[in-house]
Amino acid sequence: MSAQTTTVRSTTRAPRRGMTRDSFENGLFRILRPIVIVLLLLVAVVPFYYMVLLSFRSLDSLVQNPGALWITIQELDFSTYLKVLAPVDAGGQGFIVFMRNSLLVALATVVLTLAVSIPGSYAVSRLAFFGRRQVSALFLAVYFFPAILLAVPLFVFFTQIGLRGSLVGLLLVYVSQVAAVSIYTLRNYFATIPVSLEEAAALDGASRFQIMRKVSIPLAMPAIVSNGLFIFMIAWNEFLFALLFLIEKRDSWTVSLGLSQLSGSIEVPTTVLMAGSVILTLPIILLFFASERLLVGGLTAGAEKG
Amino acid sequence: MTTLENGSGTGAASPGPGTTPPKASRPAKPRRRSRHNREENRAGLFLISPTFIIILVAVVLPIIWAISLAFQDVRLINIRGTGIIGEYTLDNFVDVLTSPGFFSALWTTIVYSVCGTALAIGVGLIAALALRKPFRGRGLVRASLLLPYVAPVVAATFVWSTMLNPQFGIVNWFGQNVLGWEDPVAFLSDRALPVNIFGWEVDLPIALITVILFEGWRSFPFAFLFLTARLEAVPGVLDEAARVDGATPTQRFRHILLPQLLPTIAVLCVLRFIWTFNNFDDIYLLTGGGAGTEVVSVRVFDLLTARGDIGAAAAQALVLAAILAVLVGIYLKFFGKQEEQA
Repeated sequence: MSAQTTTVRSTTRAPRRGMTRDSFENGLFRILRPIVIVLLLLVAVVPFYYMVLLSFRSLDSLVQNPGALWITIQELDFSTYLKVLAPVDAGGQGFIVFMRNSLLVALATVVLTLAVSIPGSYAVSRLAFFGRRQVSALFLAVYFFPAILLAVPLFVFFTQIGLRGSLVGLLLVYVSQVAAVSIYTLRNYFATIPVSLEEAAALDGASRFQIMRKVSIPLAMPAIVSNGLFIFMIAWNEFLFALLFLIEKRDSWTVSLGLSQLSGSIEVPTTVLMAGSVILTLPIILLFFASERLLVGGLTAGAEKG
Repeated sequence: MTTLENGSGTGAASPGPGTTPPKASRPAKPRRRSRHNREENRAGLFLISPTFIIILVAVVLPIIWAISLAFQDVRLINIRGTGIIGEYTLDNFVDVLTSPGFFSALWTTIVYSVCGTALAIGVGLIAALALRKPFRGRGLVRASLLLPYVAPVVAATFVWSTMLNPQFGIVNWFGQNVLGWEDPVAFLSDRALPVNIFGWEVDLPIALITVILFEGWRSFPFAFLFLTARLEAVPGVLDEAARVDGATPTQRFRHILLPQLLPTIAVLCVLRFIWTFNNFDDIYLLTGGGAGTEVVSVRVFDLLTARGDIGAAAAQALVLAAILAVLVGIYLKFFGKQEEQA
């Protein structure tokens, strides 16, 4: 601090006025910074806090006192969770089934996408093959295409072959949507692995596929894991294609679709659906905080397509 | 630097030299080299083919089919008999371009995308700057700020519409009990809200503003993440030197940080604009496209499902994609060069 003031004083260009402006700005930002941070934090977190809060309240207490921002122990009401999870026969909303569907689709998407995109990205990053540049450009273009344009023919196609309502059809669409992103991020990671390591293995007599399996893929593991988590999040959160393909068959609804369909109806109380929102959001938030450091790389590389 | 040479796939230059020189100098090269190339070519094609086939089947062919559908009179009722070949007509495009509400939907889409993008990047920049210096718990704060972005869109829209609910929403309760609003505001279903600003009676497009705020809320973490990464790469020496020279914080931002961040901001503008322009989920879930928030993608969805007019839906989606391509093309033409310089 003292060093700074002496340098400022010694410069000929900065007389008293410049110094006051500097200290004024420094003081201003010293006050503003924590305020801005707290505000941003509130804006980002309060909706989720509100979601959890409402999920534990009964509808009566919400309507009577909408402004309450906390809840007493006596008011705690866990019945919302039971109602939203219980099967439809038992008077619930059947979210257990929706969660199973979401989990199945998301896990299968991760496995299938990684199975095709690891070899694919390795090829794009390491091997000079005919049409490599065109294929890369095609994958990148897929990434920016409006999902709604794709929705029209897929809707027609699945209607024609009677695959509407099937999770398999949805899975195929998800894989095709995220494979491009996955190849793109993994390719960038493979590019950072020194070729000399692979050349050394080749000199030892390893074949191309042995090198891939024993050298390149183990080295790329951090990227593969973060990519897998990222794909899981996209598939779990996806809404448009689930809406188009599954809407007629309640048994195949994903959690996202279930929540959106039931939130419009008057019969299901808002607080019960808030419990559904928590159930939809919680796995993602847990996953995110558990692997935040790994995931952030995947987030910046990929985005929200899916 | 062998990694660089072998690394980038879309990097325009690298595959070229890899494939052309052997061809030009074939007589001089020994046999083994070209056999090696052939083997590499085969292995590459083999490894890429599963992804390629999936994308061909589930993306490329459907899009070609969508283009074909856009030129046919297809409805959900007569769908069984339609294929690639049919009676081609321009009627769908004429209908789309002359239909009432198309241009207003297009305008809404553009306003929504521009304002949403600007808001997201603006807030993201403020967040990145505010969190630049380390402090206790910064990692947790940073992770928490990413929540709106990673949370499922259905849950996020549902919480927002509950908070904004005119009967029991917390926002209206706060407005009426603390800020003294006379009536609850229907944020998501009112087209216009008359507001008195310094004696001027202004009609605020309240539903549109709300969906733009939602978009800003949901995607500022994305900009925040990118800008934070870029800020960390700015050499500290620059900032220090400017400080020694007596530059104030705003001057240092204007002349040191901003030029460093501009390329990242430009990329963010393009990415966020594309995604916001194509966005369907948020608006469909928040307002269903009502109250002056109808964007083109919601119109496509309605044509497809509610009216079963497949041809018109395909034509409208194509128009959307074409307009986006033109806008991004114009942007890249005028600003692409500057980006490289910056």
